[in-house]
Amino acid sequence: MRGRLVLALVLAGLIALPLVLSPYRVLLMLPFMAYGVILLGLNLLFGYTGLVSFGHALFVGIGAYAAATLTSHAGVRSLEVILLVAAVVGALAAALVGALCVRYVKIYFGMLTLAFGMVFYTFLLKFYRVTGGDEGMPVLRPLLLGLNLDGMSKTAFLVGPYYYYCLGVLVLAAAVMWRIVHSPFGLCLRTIRDNPTKAEALGVSVTRYRWYAFVISAVFAAVGGALLGPPTGNVDPTLAYWTHSGNLVFMVLLGGFASFFGPVLGAFVFIFLQDTVMSVVPYWRLVFGAILAAIVIFAPGGLMGFLGRPRPS
Amino acid sequence: MSEPALLDARDVRKLYGDFCALDGVSLSIDAGQFVSIIGPNGAGKSTLINVLTGGLTPSGGHVRFKGRDIGGIGPVALTRLGMARSFQLVQIFPDLTVLETLQAAVVSRRGHGLRLFASLRHDRQTHAEALEVAALFGLADRAHRRARELPQGDKKLLDVASAFALRPEIILLDEPTSGVSTADKHAVMEILVGAARQIGLRAIIQVEHDMDIVFGYSDRIVALHQGRVLADTTPAGIRADALVVDTVIGRKR
Repeated sequence: MRGRLVLALVLAGLIALPLVLSPYRVLLMLPFMAYGVILLGLNLLFGYTGLVSFGHALFVGIGAYAAATLTSHAGVRSLEVILLVAAVVGALAAALVGALCVRYVKIYFGMLTLAFGMVFYTFLLKFYRVTGGDEGMPVLRPLLLGLNLDGMSKTAFLVGPYYYYCLGVLVLAAAVMWRIVHSPFGLCLRTIRDNPTKAEALGVSVTRYRWYAFVISAVFAAVGGALLGPPTGNVDPTLAYWTHSGNLVFMVLLGGFASFFGPVLGAFVFIFLQDTVMSVVPYWRLVFGAILAAIVIFAPGGLMGFLGRPRPS
Repeated sequence: MSEPALLDARDVRKLYGDFCALDGVSLSIDAGQFVSIIGPNGAGKSTLINVLTGGLTPSGGHVRFKGRDIGGIGPVALTRLGMARSFQLVQIFPDLTVLETLQAAVVSRRGHGLRLFASLRHDRQTHAEALEVAALFGLADRAHRRARELPQGDKKLLDVASAFALRPEIILLDEPTSGVSTADKHAVMEILVGAARQIGLRAIIQVEHDMDIVFGYSDRIVALHQGRVLADTTPAGIRADALVVDTVIGRKR
């Protein structure tokens, strides 16, 4: 009951935010919501299946470049179509990559996902005729629910309609993921996380379920990735770079992978902390490194662990 | 022979390099039997269990379950055919509750694992079945405790209970009372046998070191020694066999 109340308050706050915050702060909320979607997916792998992917930026990149390719080259500007295509392409790529990765666990799984991420990054960087190389590709302003909003100024578009669109996608993504983790399927994933040998003895096919989880998490990453492009109007290969994958893992740890909303909180704190620290000192990575070390040592449950929220069961 | 045996191993050999772990073991188990496999360390008990549960492919001979060859088919396929097992070293899901552990088994048995958007909480039948098994094993009052928080004996019971929740026809218990205090061993076995009757289990195979348990509950004992079947008879027959008493059980009996 208390959880529902907090959730309703947070949601009301998010709805009211553009009315009270400066446009600059509201603009910062856009990547937060995109990352929120990405991390909901990543945590299905991390927190619920027990697999740490160091290459998830691959699927973020796929979603982002799908949005860029569709708006710039294919003349498709409907955001619903863009998200759908991003999801499908992300799923197809994950089906292939996952089929190879899920046979391995622990560091081997992490390293394989990292390797595939690097392959895709290099592709984006070197095949500049297709991808624009290190300059990336422009993302044109999408149509929201079929509405052409080209008449609005960029800021007005982003802090208004686009903000609420992203919020809608985040809420929808959270609702879908909530259903998944509380389904019989979600329970099977948790048996695999806790004890693969015992899971198999109970008839749960470990590699198959890991593969399903991998594909689903990639779909969320690609959808979130597609939402990252429009605010900056550009996507570039750093989106698929391994440090970006590292940031995603950091956000999950920061918020706490043992809780459903932990990673989303992690994304929020990460983005606002990064913005604050960057404006104060140039070496923000140093500060973030110290924070990460402190979390791992003193608060392995992340911020949600501090708030005393147990793992959803 | 009118009906084929439930589980039938014929001339099973298993080689690890040059070492022969099983050397022509034949074993046929029918419905209604409680069979104990005994033998000193290195006799081939673990290998035999792994062969009987489709975890290992025999180097020679075959293992059939309900007439189907199960050599090396693996645990997932085996469960689907109707055989379950528990482990010598207790296997639990530390962060899952007792209820969730049993629900997972019920979900698996009913083939609901791929229901991505169904609500587990509102699945009354899965919930009821899981609770039923919890009650059979005396774990109902701890249904919402996490497995990691249970005392060792309860962890062991949960491991076995989750195998029972698959409602198998035959179950293979690898030292069901290892790690359980001597005082609790008989209580564990009573629960187990009672649950087996309730669930309609057709046969139980156990590997056990505790001879009180072996002689107290089995109606057939298979003694292994150096990869061969030394004796395969009733408890009384084993007691009367001086060779088995000497090599397998020790002088005490």
